[in-house]
Amino acid sequence: MYNFEFTRPTDLSVAVEALKAEGAQALGGGQTLIPVLKQRLAMPTTLVDLSAIDSMKGIRRMGDTLVIGGGTTHGAVAGSAEVANAIKGLVELTAKVGDPQVRNRGTIGGSLANNDPAACYPAAALALGATIVTNAREIAADDFFQGLYATCLEEGEIITEVRFPIPAASTYQKFEQPASRFSLTSVFLAKMQDGSIRVGVTGAGADGVFRHEGLEQALSSDFSAGAVDGVTVSAEGMSNDLHATPEYRANLVKVMTKRAVAALS
Amino acid sequence: MTTISMTVNGRQVSGEAEGNTLLVDFLRKELSLTGTHVGCDTSQCGACVVHVNGESVKSCTQFASALDGASVTTIEGMANDDGTLGVIQQAFQDEHGLQCGFCTPGMVMSIADLLKTNAQPTEGEIREWLKGNICRCTGYHNIVKAAQSAAATLSGAREAAE
Ligand SMILES: Cc1cc2nc3c(=O)[nH]c(=O)nc-3n(C[C@H](O)[C@H](O)[C@H](O)COP(=O)(O)OP(=O)(O)OC[C@H]3O[C@@H](n4cnc5c(N)ncnc54)[C@H](O)[C@@H]3O)c2cc1C
Ligand code: FES
Ligand code: FES
Repeated sequence: MYNFEFTRPTDLSVAVEALKAEGAQALGGGQTLIPVLKQRLAMPTTLVDLSAIDSMKGIRRMGDTLVIGGGTTHGAVAGSAEVANAIKGLVELTAKVGDPQVRNRGTIGGSLANNDPAACYPAAALALGATIVTNAREIAADDFFQGLYATCLEEGEIITEVRFPIPAASTYQKFEQPASRFSLTSVFLAKMQDGSIRVGVTGAGADGVFRHEGLEQALSSDFSAGAVDGVTVSAEGMSNDLHATPEYRANLVKVMTKRAVAALS
Repeated sequence: MTTISMTVNGRQVSGEAEGNTLLVDFLRKELSLTGTHVGCDTSQCGACVVHVNGESVKSCTQFASALDGASVTTIEGMANDDGTLGVIQQAFQDEHGLQCGFCTPGMVMSIADLLKTNAQPTEGEIREWLKGNICRCTGYHNIVKAAQSAAATLSGAREAAE
């Protein structure tokens, strides 16, 4: 690992200022970035550790919205009664990320900013229609993710919180790649307050996380496993690696969606 | 270089760290606490698990510079004050929960964290919790038994005290 300056501001505005410097990069829980630094795939001159900024941590409910601070760990979300009451799917999701030690450090802001094609949170953000709030603006999840490891975040922009509309019901069904513990193909299904169904799929798409409109339409008019059977999920655009072919992943999208329907029926 | 001060196993210590010094290197090289092991250095194996402010974390995936003022517990802090094995360590010996022993420090620290919040975990819960701890020797069976036996001993001791 190359060396760098390490700073640990306690104030968001100080972090924003520090990240304006050439070569500066934010550090969340480090569960992705530290392995990346070890491989010398990134070489920041300064790391701005966000973990001491208390205003970026915590969970609160504001009417029909659940707000999770950008620096909140997966473990804190998994253990939160507030989240369990409002959006059960988020507890199911965070409780299955990696292992307990990863969950004790990894954060929602880091996970969304990284947009790993096999990461779990992006599926929930898309399916629930979350708003990603940064130090500069508010971004709709539908606009946020832009392909593999790519988002619309500008250089130095910090995710300060994520606002999730509280659905009528939700669930996350993960099919795990056992060696990496990431998603091979997983589905986040949300029944919104207006009765519409939203389906976020991660681990499967060659371009990263996506919503499946065919499944959403079919399930919005008939919420049953049979409705899933009637939808064609194409292997085109699915990723291909030694763990699974595009056809296998396309099939898993349907299997996991059916499990999600069963979980909510 | 900056000077980092921590409480490690109840003792106030300080040492020098670069920006990129990992906690595990700080513990092993700066403080000579070599019980914490590096198995993979890629955040997967859990041989390096320690507790930071009461939570189990992978010390190979954590910078020392972020921990000025933190309280850290390593495997060296798990023995009883008189040097005899602590309850979880003793359970590993009794149940034959180790062969080469390389993964054991991380296993013990991970199980200690589990038993803090779940005093009587089921076999399934123990296996799920140990997902981030890889053992190349034992096949896990006796590790799970050690965790169950430690849980029983600790619960028994708690009841006796009440
Ligand atoms: C063994 C293992 C298993 C894992 N399994 C899973 C899994 O099953 N599912 C899953 O989803 N993930 C998994 N992860 C990844 C984990 O969830 C990471 O915590 C997460 O992807 C990154 O979050 P972080 O806070 O650690 O971010 P970091 O690693 O600190 O940062 C990642 C990137 O995000 C940027 N960043 C960090 N915080 C912010 C912020 N607030 N605003 C803007 N940019 C920011 C950083 O600059 C960096 O580019 C696993 C990781 C490991 C090591
Ligand atoms: S050495 Fe830290 S997880 Fe393997
Ligand atoms: S006892 Fe050898 S790796 Fe676990």
